[in-house]
Amino acid sequence: MTKRHAPMQTNLSRRKFVVGSAAASGGLALGLYLPYGGLPAAAQGMGDVGEINAWVLIKPDETCVIRVARSEMGQGTLTGLAQLVAEELECNWKNVTTESPTAGENLARKRVWGEMGTGGSRGIRTSEDYVRRGGAAARIMLLQAAADGWQVTVDEVSVSDGVITHAASKRQTTYGKVAAAAARLTAPDPKSIMLKDPKAWTIAGKPLKRLDTADKLNGSKIYAIDVKLPGMLNASSKSCPVFGGKLVSYDDAKVSHMPGVHRVVKVNDATVAVVADTWWHAKVALAALPVVWDEGPAAAQSSATIAERLKEGLTAEGVFVSRKEGDALKAIADSPKKVEAVYSTPFLAHATLEPMNATAKVSSNRAEVWVPTQNQEASLAALSEESGVPLDRCEVHALDLGGGFGRRGGTQDYVRQATAIAKQFPDVPIKLIWTREEDTTHDFYRPISQCRLVAGLDTSGKPVGLHVRVSGQSINAYLNPSSVADGKDDRQLQGYYEKAGDAQLGYTFPNFLLEYAMRNTHVPVGPWRGVNTNQNAVYMECFIDEMARAAGTDPLEFRRALMGDHPKHLAVLNAVAEKAEYAKPLPAGVHRGIAQFMGYGSYSAAVAEISVSPEGKLKVHRMVIAINCGHPVNPGQIAAQVEGSVAFGLTALMYGESTVDKGRIVEQNFNSYEIMRLAEMPKVETIIVPTYDFWGGVGEPTICVVSPAVMNAIHAATGKPVRSLPLKNVKLV
Amino acid sequence: MAKLNINGKVLEVSVEADTPLLWVIREQVGLTGTKYGCGIAQCGACSVHLNGGLVRSCSIPISAIKATDKIVTIEGLSPYSSHPVQKAWASLDVPQCGYCQSGQIMAAAALLKHNPHPSDKDIDLAMTNICRCGTYARIREAVHVAAGAKSGGNAAASAGILSEA
Repeated sequence: MTKRHAPMQTNLSRRKFVVGSAAASGGLALGLYLPYGGLPAAAQGMGDVGEINAWVLIKPDETCVIRVARSEMGQGTLTGLAQLVAEELECNWKNVTTESPTAGENLARKRVWGEMGTGGSRGIRTSEDYVRRGGAAARIMLLQAAADGWQVTVDEVSVSDGVITHAASKRQTTYGKVAAAAARLTAPDPKSIMLKDPKAWTIAGKPLKRLDTADKLNGSKIYAIDVKLPGMLNASSKSCPVFGGKLVSYDDAKVSHMPGVHRVVKVNDATVAVVADTWWHAKVALAALPVVWDEGPAAAQSSATIAERLKEGLTAEGVFVSRKEGDALKAIADSPKKVEAVYSTPFLAHATLEPMNATAKVSSNRAEVWVPTQNQEASLAALSEESGVPLDRCEVHALDLGGGFGRRGGTQDYVRQATAIAKQFPDVPIKLIWTREEDTTHDFYRPISQCRLVAGLDTSGKPVGLHVRVSGQSINAYLNPSSVADGKDDRQLQGYYEKAGDAQLGYTFPNFLLEYAMRNTHVPVGPWRGVNTNQNAVYMECFIDEMARAAGTDPLEFRRALMGDHPKHLAVLNAVAEKAEYAKPLPAGVHRGIAQFMGYGSYSAAVAEISVSPEGKLKVHRMVIAINCGHPVNPGQIAAQVEGSVAFGLTALMYGESTVDKGRIVEQNFNSYEIMRLAEMPKVETIIVPTYDFWGGVGEPTICVVSPAVMNAIHAATGKPVRSLPLKNVKLV
Repeated sequence: MAKLNINGKVLEVSVEADTPLLWVIREQVGLTGTKYGCGIAQCGACSVHLNGGLVRSCSIPISAIKATDKIVTIEGLSPYSSHPVQKAWASLDVPQCGYCQSGQIMAAAALLKHNPHPSDKDIDLAMTNICRCGTYARIREAVHVAAGAKSGGNAAASAGILSEA
């Protein structure tokens, strides 16, 4: 277990976990697990003293340790999940601390903690049920233990803040006192557990302070980049600047005499590294190392060749038809008024502020990695594959991440690199840190795409048909090509789905044609916070405004008229319009834009208030954002995520762009890959309009409404639509 | 050999003259609260105080530091996180991932030392460190709170659950 918040603790001491022989044979992909059921861990000879079940451990001093199996990268899931467990457990929140099981422990205990991956805004919404049941099961066992001790029936006892009372005899005890007895009881049947009505919540649903703030204020928090191990060496690596290129040779004699250098090593077919006593020495020597690359055929690629390829996809025949309702092409052809637009969005790097890094130690029969990861189990698998050490002899020490945003999920390229280096230094921990330049030029980028939209309006301005064609790179084709071998990749159309529940389009058109032309490039792509909702919301929501303008209708009214079948989308749009006082005139020079979209199971809408100076400089004054995420677990953290989403969205809107020249990424550091600063941060107002009939995500869904709301406001201000991002390349006036 | 005064302690380090102060702090002195983000003085994650002024330590070679210079890192800002900036940051739950926050706090502390009651414009000009999580709105509030211009409290109060549809 890794302590997850221990304000002043800086060492990385951890409990030794004894791997049971039967459990060790379990694979990573066990389909069945019972996060709250089965024999108690103590009865199986596993787990800690005081462990009531996988999720809850109570110490004699009343400390209530809640296990959190998801990664914390700033999004607040740690606190939210602890709130959900504590709510059902009915412990005293002041006694709560958290710890994190490792991937190795999860494997050894047959995945008792379920999936550990943290992405897709799933951290809470896909584990809320079993963690709440885990908390409730522990409460039932603790109450049973108290009742047994008093020789009364369990329904005669009650609990509040971890204090158990038998009212009839006025006896009281505490969770800490009965924990050992409770740990020996058999867990209740999970099906028998009644969870609380969320409207009766007292811990969950409240804007409680984060549990993990204290050590972020005084430098004592240890990120993976800060790990220090006895005998550790440091590494700096460089991969071929052109994706798909190969390492041909390097002249290590030129750097082997440099200060601190231990050795130059080949990491893989495309990567070389210098290992030195300090990272600074490794970095300096690597910069001086003569390297010969075979850049391969992709060196001929550029942003221009890629844009041409995508443009061809906008009108190509035989593409994937995702939705076809009625006959949109005919309806458009027959309509008296047509609206058409082509939009484009670029590749984007994640730019986590903590660069890619991992510390690996490989011995003959043991491999370990200290890593910032969104997916511990993927880290474990990468470590095992790369080291050749069996899974059950591998362990992952996952440290809270200095930003994730989708970069540190399934691919684990930096873990593979660190492991490949460490394998060449048996028993020596090797800390690999990428330079910012390496990080920005060797990402799994947000895919590039273009979108052509054509609509037909009738004489009253009502849309009679809409044709949407997205052309661009596919994440699935890069990461899991067999899944989309036929080009049918609905994932790239996220937010345009007919199906309710996850990323449903909020409009109904009498005739609708939705297509995707897969146009892959040599650039590696992957999920980037918000994934495809960000681009797809720009296309749809800006085009809706273009249609409204052509129809002579207010954009809000135009949307409302199309949303009769989608009351949840509409309710969020109405909520944001009301809060932003949409109908109220703005001061001279200030303009408003509105947008709504759905992703990650949540409904979002935004109103932006902006001005554009006579010189064409954009100023975003105010953003009002509404979200219905179903069950808000911590409104304070939801607001924080919305505020962060505004910054993330505005950065992409204004500056975000990874361009390609001679097959490589041009932007290398923050001087060219710019991130928005505080001075440009608008006032953000968050409104949460929950309906408590589903569980939606929070970390991603509001990003996608930021850009289109601002772009629509720019259109209102200048009379000209913006159709290509980022704005740094666009003359607004 | 270079003599350094870091957080009130005098230390001797043996490094090449062009080694950046950041990597001396992290790898020689062993204080890891000061972060590497870009190496080119763009992001401010490496911000420390040099004789009371704010500097980006990734771009200062150790040869530029004199034995009489006083360097303060996040670890030396206050005992027990008691600096008004740290308290304000805690009261508003400013950090998300936290990686940039050492630098943000050092920048805010330097600002308030020279300008105890900064305006929003002053904050815009002084607080130029990158936060990729986007905690800027709370950073601004927290600087005002630390300056005593506003009371602390729970930023979450501004995000109450509005209504139940």
